[in-house]
This record gives sequence, structure tokens and C-alpha cells, in this order.
Amino acid sequence: MSAISLPDDTPAAAPRPTKRELFMGFLLLGISAFGGVLPLARSMVVERRRWLTAEEFTELLGLCQFLPGGNIINVSVAIGMRFHGASGAFAALMGLIAAPTVVVIALGMVYDRYSADPHLQHLFAGLAAAAAGLLVGMAVKIGRPLRGKPLALLVALAGFVAIAVLRLPLLPTMLVLTPLSILLLRRFA
Amino acid sequence: MTATLIALALIFTQLSVLAFGGGNTILPEMQRQVVEVYHWMSAADFSALFALSQAAPGPNLMIVPLVGWHVAGWMGVLVTSIAKFGPSSLITVIALGLWERFKDRPWRAAVQAGLFPVTAGMVAASAWLISEASVHNWILAVVTLAVAAVSVMTRVHPLWLLLAGGLVGLVAGGV
Repeated sequence: MSAISLPDDTPAAAPRPTKRELFMGFLLLGISAFGGVLPLARSMVVERRRWLTAEEFTELLGLCQFLPGGNIINVSVAIGMRFHGASGAFAALMGLIAAPTVVVIALGMVYDRYSADPHLQHLFAGLAAAAAGLLVGMAVKIGRPLRGKPLALLVALAGFVAIAVLRLPLLPTMLVLTPLSILLLRRFA
Repeated sequence: MTATLIALALIFTQLSVLAFGGGNTILPEMQRQVVEVYHWMSAADFSALFALSQAAPGPNLMIVPLVGWHVAGWMGVLVTSIAKFGPSSLITVIALGLWERFKDRPWRAAVQAGLFPVTAGMVAASAWLISEASVHNWILAVVTLAVAAVSVMTRVHPLWLLLAGGLVGLVAGGV
């Protein structure tokens, strides 16, 4: 019996990746992903290398979003862990951050060396403004699902005021706001 | 120097454990610590480092090793990277084991629902603080707003938007 399936549904048919393959896979991912890594990560892990099925990937991502740390960082750790335990997790994580660390520090050296140059200052002023704009755009995209949910909006606003206006430390803010939010939304929303 | 490295380790370990909802939620706390508490750099420097980290490939938290490098050189890179990526990875490893067991519990959905607006508020705060430190004149304000609008409405690659912003800064700054 052969079922016709979309490419997304194909089972993870490839053999278990070795630690070297994990490292190399995430190394290539780290160096080729500008902006968002997640879409590229999915295409590598699910479609090209078939380490996970689409379903497994989505479940893993759901778990990682619920945990502290960058999503893609946690996804790499989880995938490495799945195939080779702690050393696999280490190989995947190192692969992911090795190249970007080198690139970002090279950029930092250039900036430090030439930061007195007015042209470079203007360039970086524009670059920083654009980077801020990307962050504003992301805040809008993340906040959009809150439309029409006054309680959730109130919680988001309280968090914004605490951090951006009152400049309160993050730990106490989260310790107070998160349980409050869970209770409020559970009871009234 | 050792005191600086220990301070870096403590700050980034705390940030690592608190980084719910991805990296950008902890930017304000990172800025508060390195700019206001420890005075390792100015708010403008921090924004410049953030911009650099956005121009580099890879995960969006590459500002972490960059801050480490800026404050304490290569040892700083090592310390901040381990402190930032270590604890959250350890939590991921442990949570993976528990995940299967608690998969269908209703409280999981309740916690997730409650965490979401908090995350949204933190990201909005990040956007506000970074914008505040980056926008010094109306041209830069236009760049920030235009990039925000384009990134929300289209799927243009972020690198093009950064490049465009840099060019506008270069041209407008020289006038």
C-alpha cells in the first residue's frame, strides 16, 4: 500500500545523523540564516535532511517556545539530544553558534576601530535605526493576536510600562506578572 | 578583571533562565545591567552592538558574545556564551524528559496562555528602549518607522532593510 503524501508528510527516513553531521548541519544553518533562522531550520531538518517529521518538528518547537532561551537554540539542543544525548546537544549547539560568533565579533572589531570615522558613525546610526524598526515590526507581529482581548492587552501593557517606563528589573516583574496573567486569563478570559 | 567576568557570568546566567519567548524579551534587562548598573557602555553603544548583531547571520541573540567581547575581550565572549546558552540548554534537556509525561495536562495550556501577553509586553518594551537609544533625529525616526512598516506588511529580507537603513544614514548624515 503506497499512500500519496505531500513532501511535508514524508517520514523521517534518513538514518540517524552522526555528531559530525549534526555539527555540520547546524554550522551551515548558522552561517546561512540572516534574520530569521527558524524557517530555514525547518526546511533543513524536515525537508532536506529528514532528521524529524514535520509533526515532530512542530511539537519540538512548541516545547521550545515554552522554555527560556532562543527558540532555535533550544531546537538545536533538543535535536542533538534526541540522537546522541548530551554530547549530541553540545555538537548541534556549537555548530549553530560558532560561525555567527566569529562574524559578529569581526563586525565589532571593525566598529571599534573605525567608530571615530564620521561616515561610519552615520552608517551605524542608520543601521541602528533600521534594527530598531525590525524590532518594532516584530513587537507588532507578536502583539497582533492580542487584538480584541482586553485582559491580555492589559497584561502586555503592564509588562511594557514596568520594563520600558519604570525600568523595573526583569526577574521580579516576571515573577509577579506571569502568575497574575495565568490566573486572570484562566478565570475571566 | 575577574570581578568583571564574574559579574558577566551572573548577569547572563540570570538572563538565560529568564529568556521566555525568545531572545528579544531580555534586551531591556541586558541594557539595564550593562549600561545603567555597570556602566560598561553607553546606551548608544548598546544600540550599535544590537544593530551589529542583527546584521550578522545566526540566532538573534548574537549580541550576547558581542557584549562579552566589548566588556572583557575573548574571555568575555567565552563567559557570556557559556552563561547565556548553558543554563537554558540544560533546562531544555531536562524539560524534554518531563514533556512526554505532562503532554496532555490542562495546566500546560493555561500557563502558555498566561505567558503569551507577558512576552508580548516584554518585546514591545525592547522595541521601545532600543528605538529610544537609536533615534536621534527625524530622519532616523523615519527609517525606524519605515522599516517597521515594511517588515510588518511584506516579507522583504531583513538584511535588505538594514542595508537600506545604513545607506540612508550615510547619505543623510553627510548632508
